[in-house]
Amino acid sequence: MSVALAVLGDFGEAIEFIFKERESVSGGVQIGGIPELSAFGATHMKVSIIAIVIAAVAAIPLALWLGHIGRGDFLATATSNVGRAVPSLALLAFFISFIGLGETNVIVVLALLAVPPLITTTYVGVRQVDRDAVDAARGQGLTGMEIVRKVELPLALPSIFGGLRTAAVIVVATATIAPLANVRTLGEPIITPQTYGFVGQLGAAIVVAVITLAVDFLFARLQRAVTPAGLKLAEPAARRRFSFPTKRSLKAT
Amino acid sequence: MEASTDRSTAEPLEFCDVTKRYPGSSTAAVDELSLEVPAGDICVLVGPSGCGKTTAMRMVNRMVDITSGDIKLGGRSVKDRKTAELRREIGYVIQHVGLFPHRTIAENIGTVPGLLGWDKRRINERVEELLELIGLPPDTGKRYPTQLSGGQRQRVGVARALAADPPVMLMDEPFGAIDPINRERLQNEFLRLQAQVRKTIVFVTHDIDEAIKMGDRIAILQEGGKLAQYAPPAELLTYPASRFVEDFVGSDRALKRLALQRVRDIDLWKAAAIRTGAPVAEARASIEEADVPYAMLVDERGRPQGWLSDRALAGERVTEELRSPAHPIVELDDVLRDALADLLSSETRYGAVVDHDGALAGVLSLEVIQQFLHAAPTDSPTGADLLRE
Amino acid sequence: MIGVPLAQGGLKIQEPGGSDACAAANDFCPSWIAENIDRYWTPLLEHVYLTVVPVTIGFAISLALAIIAHRRRWLTGPIITVTGIFFAIPSVAAFFLLQPLTGLGYNTAMVALVSYTLLIIFRSITLGLRNVPVDTRDAALGQGLTSRQVLWSVELPMAFPEIIAGLRIATSTTVGLAALAVFAGAGGLGTEILLDKRFKSNVATAGGLAILLAAALDLLLLAVQRLGTPWQRARA
Repeated sequence: MSVALAVLGDFGEAIEFIFKERESVSGGVQIGGIPELSAFGATHMKVSIIAIVIAAVAAIPLALWLGHIGRGDFLATATSNVGRAVPSLALLAFFISFIGLGETNVIVVLALLAVPPLITTTYVGVRQVDRDAVDAARGQGLTGMEIVRKVELPLALPSIFGGLRTAAVIVVATATIAPLANVRTLGEPIITPQTYGFVGQLGAAIVVAVITLAVDFLFARLQRAVTPAGLKLAEPAARRRFSFPTKRSLKAT
Repeated sequence: MEASTDRSTAEPLEFCDVTKRYPGSSTAAVDELSLEVPAGDICVLVGPSGCGKTTAMRMVNRMVDITSGDIKLGGRSVKDRKTAELRREIGYVIQHVGLFPHRTIAENIGTVPGLLGWDKRRINERVEELLELIGLPPDTGKRYPTQLSGGQRQRVGVARALAADPPVMLMDEPFGAIDPINRERLQNEFLRLQAQVRKTIVFVTHDIDEAIKMGDRIAILQEGGKLAQYAPPAELLTYPASRFVEDFVGSDRALKRLALQRVRDIDLWKAAAIRTGAPVAEARASIEEADVPYAMLVDERGRPQGWLSDRALAGERVTEELRSPAHPIVELDDVLRDALADLLSSETRYGAVVDHDGALAGVLSLEVIQQFLHAAPTDSPTGADLLRE
Repeated sequence: MIGVPLAQGGLKIQEPGGSDACAAANDFCPSWIAENIDRYWTPLLEHVYLTVVPVTIGFAISLALAIIAHRRRWLTGPIITVTGIFFAIPSVAAFFLLQPLTGLGYNTAMVALVSYTLLIIFRSITLGLRNVPVDTRDAALGQGLTSRQVLWSVELPMAFPEIIAGLRIATSTTVGLAALAVFAGAGGLGTEILLDKRFKSNVATAGGLAILLAAALDLLLLAVQRLGTPWQRARA
């Protein structure tokens, strides 16, 4: 019973931290409260969004084309295997030690982490498009580019959005440790317990968790929204009610 | 021949007013089906899609629950014991075989004996025995299903079903996934096997020709799971019980009957067999007695050389003047339907029938065949009979 | 300077490492690595422990869930949703969210790491079971195997490749996440990285060891798969 109370107590305080300012553990500075957390949150989302956009622009068109010509099997498997095995912390520290601190560094790291799931899911998504549909399109005289745009891309969208979902979760989650590179995202309280104390760490953790879940949920909805009605009604094996992670399951943080 | 396959462990099977109704469906899948299968017989369930034949078969081993009625195996209801126990006593062969890819062929075949607790040595012996029975080399036991061809896998499926020497076997379109050439071979091999082991078999197919070939008795089911007719193949072909059966059997049922007979089985016409140099008077006398107005020239061994023309009989002795060659020549052992095909593709009215030595044994013509078809059947030939010499 | 929480409480703070010229210039120094390799030993062992144990526990739980969901298909969706939530929560956040309950140290790390493996492994086992052809199951039941016998002697063995695939993904993922276990006070190679994040040789070594560990475990599982599926090696 007392354990439960203690737990509740900790969480209670953490929630308080989120909403109300207080004095820092080391004294002298005001910490916590909505304004500060919003500032952190803004940075957090800023680096995340930029990273995702960069990764998407770099990876998706490439993977679409590779999927169209059918030549990316090795690349898709290799990137997903390597991408999974590299610890995000190591990657960030690597860039810190070789390049330095700062937002650019962080964005590069986040984008790098986002690329493998995007390449893999986009590639696989295009490869799984019904070959007959592509054949028919070719027979009707569509050029390569047109086929990609009008046939393969729309049909691969659910997969692509699945990859975006994974990438977004990875990026938003990894942005938590960006403070190690002096970029003050929502992970700042977590990295500096001397100032924020355990309550601050816990509060920040709650916010990070909530935001990441929200991002996951948002992209899940988006994925469902772009699934063509025809596919939604298809038999369970084809329906992506829950898509199976062959190569797309990456989690960096 | 192994002694263990001599054991006649077959039991009779009986459907008693068996009905299957699925919830939410107004029509029954199987509607009060009643029939008896004598021990050691093959009963073929045949009919169009949706007629309930597979459902009926699967009720025997309770893969499908019986809504009402009962199925009796050797007098004992199938509902009498636990399903797993029941199924270990029934051989089960399905179209795509369903071999376990992660087990060797030997392990696959030995599945039920293993479940029944046989000791290793006995299982190994049985597997060897069965591999020989189905005509596969003994080292096949160590291989895996992916290494075998479709036809070989099908045979393993049959061996697997026979492993524990069950009294009854269920076969659901077992040869359906095989190409036509190999299918015929497998069918023949299976009939020969059945002649040795004599199991009670319920065999499902949608192919009426296969049904006629394989069945001792055929049950034709129509949509709604109703029994349209239950009879041996010859009876089915000669006396179809309804319009539906007629249509299902096909308008060429006369030809299908011919596919079950050999030339030797029917009454052939007699023709005069004359040798060169024989007295013409004798020759003419022979022709008078014969059924056919023409004489066949034969050699010293009685082998037909050709039909004699009138000029051959002009003088005192018969000369070798032929009006037409002896074609087509048909053997006593030929299937009647094939003989008819030969006859139809030649230009003559009469086909010479010869025995094992090639000697003239009679004459076949379209009329002879017609007479046979119009007479009431005196016997009930089956596809299995056809395989016996 | 940052403080790294220790399992036994308190913080560990360290100066940037390296005393020779190479280290001072912060180049990539193989000699430094050779000299100082010992200090990575314990973190590496911790890292192994932080990977193998959660994956094993996660496998046991996922297997149980998958078997239950195999019989009651409708449970699959809810299980996926719940394990998906665990999966989406960033590990760093989880390491803190759990601390009020499980304190600082291995337990917290374990619970969080186990929960991340669940979605991956559960999905692979379920996929593997569903890929068993209907005919094989039908033939198995028709011969008189009970449902339980069909599951354990036919379906699960046939699902072995997919299950191993899931374990491989889970293992690689967990190696990566275990690097962050330092935030739960559980040690691991992440400790070394954090202690000296600017020193190239240090980061390269710690990170490199993690990647090597992931590769080694991956190959090990691959070998297990090859050994466990002789029928896939046999060709006609």
